[in-house]
Amino acid sequence: MSDLHLLTITAARAALDAGDITSVALTEALLARIAAVEPRVHAFLTLTAEQALEQARAADAQRSHSRSGQALGPIHGIPLAIKDVICTSGIRTTCASHILETFVPPYDATVITRLRAAGAVFLGKTNCDEFAMGSSTENSGFGPTRNPWDVSRVPGGSSGGSAAAVAASEVPGSLGTDTGGSIRQPAALCGISGLKPTYGRVSRYGLVAFGSSLDQAGPLAWTVADLALILQVIAGTDPFDGTTVPHAVPDYHAALTGDIRGVRIGIPQEYFGEGMEPGVEQTTRTAIAALGDLGAELVEVSLPHTRYALPTYYIIAPAEASANLARYDGVRYGPRVAGNSMWDEIERTRGSLFGPEVRRRIMLGTYTLSAGYYDAYYKRAQQVRTLIRNDFQQAFATVDLLATPTSPTVAFPIGQKVDDPLAMYLSDIFTLTASMAGLPGLVVPCGFSCNLPVGLQLIGKPFDEATILRVGDAYQRSTDWHMQRPTL
Amino acid sequence: MTEYITTIGLEVHAQARTASKMFDACSADYAGGEPNTRTSVVSLGLPGALPVVNRRAIEMAALSGLALNCSINLQSIFARKSYIYPDLPKGYQITQYDQPLCSNGWIEIRADDGSMKRIGIERLHIEEDTGRLVHMPDGSSLIDYNRSGVPLMEIVSEPDIASPEEARRYFQKLRQILMWIGVNNGDMEHGELRCDANVSVRPRGQHEYGVKVEIKNMNSFRAVERALAYEVQRQIQALEAGATIVQETRGWNETLGVTVGQRSKEFAHDYRYFPEPDIPPLVLDADWVAARQAELPELPDARRARFEAEYSLSLQDAELLTIERSVADYYEAAVAAAQAVNGSAKDVANWITGELFRLLNDSGEPPGCMTVRMPPAHIAEVLALLARGTITRTIAKQVFEESFQSGQAPSQIVAARGLTQISDADTLATLAREIIAANPKPVAEYRNGKTSAIQFLVGQMMKATKGQANPQTARAVLEGELNAS
Repeated sequence: MSDLHLLTITAARAALDAGDITSVALTEALLARIAAVEPRVHAFLTLTAEQALEQARAADAQRSHSRSGQALGPIHGIPLAIKDVICTSGIRTTCASHILETFVPPYDATVITRLRAAGAVFLGKTNCDEFAMGSSTENSGFGPTRNPWDVSRVPGGSSGGSAAAVAASEVPGSLGTDTGGSIRQPAALCGISGLKPTYGRVSRYGLVAFGSSLDQAGPLAWTVADLALILQVIAGTDPFDGTTVPHAVPDYHAALTGDIRGVRIGIPQEYFGEGMEPGVEQTTRTAIAALGDLGAELVEVSLPHTRYALPTYYIIAPAEASANLARYDGVRYGPRVAGNSMWDEIERTRGSLFGPEVRRRIMLGTYTLSAGYYDAYYKRAQQVRTLIRNDFQQAFATVDLLATPTSPTVAFPIGQKVDDPLAMYLSDIFTLTASMAGLPGLVVPCGFSCNLPVGLQLIGKPFDEATILRVGDAYQRSTDWHMQRPTL
Repeated sequence: MTEYITTIGLEVHAQARTASKMFDACSADYAGGEPNTRTSVVSLGLPGALPVVNRRAIEMAALSGLALNCSINLQSIFARKSYIYPDLPKGYQITQYDQPLCSNGWIEIRADDGSMKRIGIERLHIEEDTGRLVHMPDGSSLIDYNRSGVPLMEIVSEPDIASPEEARRYFQKLRQILMWIGVNNGDMEHGELRCDANVSVRPRGQHEYGVKVEIKNMNSFRAVERALAYEVQRQIQALEAGATIVQETRGWNETLGVTVGQRSKEFAHDYRYFPEPDIPPLVLDADWVAARQAELPELPDARRARFEAEYSLSLQDAELLTIERSVADYYEAAVAAAQAVNGSAKDVANWITGELFRLLNDSGEPPGCMTVRMPPAHIAEVLALLARGTITRTIAKQVFEESFQSGQAPSQIVAARGLTQISDADTLATLAREIIAANPKPVAEYRNGKTSAIQFLVGQMMKATKGQANPQTARAVLEGELNAS
């Protein structure tokens, strides 16, 4: 079999089950692909080739010992890449920050523990915006990742490395994290599929915190069917994360029936209009119409508080971040900048090892939580957040899911927005609201504008990933946008 | 001279002695190992770590709240309190802020005028302890995170305390209750129980409180009383001298006996509290609270009152016997054993508050050792031996002490050592004649009408029998012999 690096997870699994390929062969093919394209993409911060091959050998051995390959999990022997904000035992986890440049976690995040137990092979840790703060991966302390569709452009962010690695066929699937759109926006800009699960669906234990009330880990891959396989492994309550919920995890793959007749899809009017590239709007509307052709019922809905999501998000997320990042003082782990006293060392370490966007958000969050400002900012933002939640609740009284654009633009040139944080923040305007309401959001590639990928976002009811996966999968059964790959 | 009114509020931090830490399964036995051996991903606050609430710590805190007459809030919220210090590995402490677990309680203490007085308790909330810095002689500091994440209850009083003595009594009462219900060991030396105070003074007649000063670093009851007494005088003298009191934090210097300014209001921390997003609101239901209420033992004040009524004890004895729950339990076990042999509760109280406390004091052992040293049944045996006339009171004290030291049953000691009381008149008559013959001078005095001289002769009888002679019989026999010859 040639071109193993082009296999989707589903295809690779079938080939493994049939005995056509081995996990070692698949892993070697991907490592070769990485060696070939990584200099142009820079999706990875750390490669773990040795460990990956060892895991692949173990997976192959286990497969040969098991009577039937089917008894093994769906991702057994499948190589994956992990965003570098997720702790991996014994493997450096930097959050793309110099302040954690030397940090080697002594433990695995729960999502890693589960993937490991399911037999996954870890190829390495992917680049991202520093501490997941950004929308272009340009805020990485270790240089930007490039979009495989056009290496002069950004892959989106913050999970830009995880998205670009898949788009560049360096790995068939990856884990990202999403606080305000960090899985969905790069998936859209890189022309692949990505899922942010419901807040509380997937354990955050071991996920280095940015905005604790918003962070969620989720999968990126070519197809919705592949996302379902990964979600199945990582979803579920975790005794180490008190914010996971004890809801039963459905069989996501079984939910992919291909039949979406009668499904009611809401089109929020607030998501179309000013600031949006015409090509993106047109591509998105065409995709939504295609869902109608598949038998779904399309309904105009209103989410009146949408315009408050961005300012509210930029109060809540930085406030939480300002506390979450207080621990990085160089005292216990990571590099330490010398100074003439304890306080001097802490200030120098934080002052010089955090990048500018991280420093900006720490200052923003510190300010809004300060005595005298808390009520005006943080408390008020939480109240608005409730209004945003109520908007969705009302919409979901009449529809089963919402279909929206993912980002107002296609991938933009590297450097274009680095000096204009507000323009950068607007890149997440369509993904922030679902984050604020804790809702699941799926992105599927739905065409191109100016030869760059556009993604369709499907927002589901709380803990109803199954419905958006079903709709996304049905769309992919009737289109082939998700199978188009960039030439690198 | 102007008369001043003192207003004091105490903030007490008490560790809840759970097996594991507040937010993870790591051992809370922080003193039980070398530095940094009782740590975990969570208690070190490593990147990605998440807190999960310790159920037992919540139960203990609710139990404490109920013991302090607080209402238990069915919904409470954890909050982050941000400040940077190396002993706080996350850069924030998880605590509770505007919605604590328990609020609006009170306890009763004896006021300076002897009457009972209620001190209000504003709140009891749960939080996590910090690690500890160890400062080395070379100027460097080492950090031990063993204590990081140990459950801590903060108990905040209302400003109802009117003197340093009352403050000490309130703190003592709080300690007694927390130890009584088994949530805290009361060890102030090792910081299991700590106390800060807010104190202000104002001239009588002035309605608004004076400027309050926070006092820290008081590590004993004595230190609380001394530090507050010093601070009250310092503030009064300052006001008398026309100065104003500065709102600040001051530390008690035990050696010099003074409070020293540490941090003024301008440099006060802005803790930037906000709700802890990693922990959902803590929601309890009424049945859960009822279960905690049912776990609550009879508390010291109620038990003291019952001892006075049920066992006819004096207030002083009842207080002594309820100083700790183990003492009260011991007392009632001993009473039950004694009553089976017709001993009185009052006698049991006397033996405990007299002999047993003295012996424990001499041996330096805590009251918890009472049951081991002197099982309640042994006290009952002493009472029974006395009641049956088998031993004299003098012998009883010897037997009691010997039983305490050796652990042997009192009846065995009496039997083995032949300490049985001598009441046989013939045996004593023979002895009486010998003593009369050997002591002509007091015998002459007696016969000349100084009847009190017989005391000396009785004493000689007791001495000759090593205390085993029945004193009444000895006296009667002596009188008979003296009058007969």
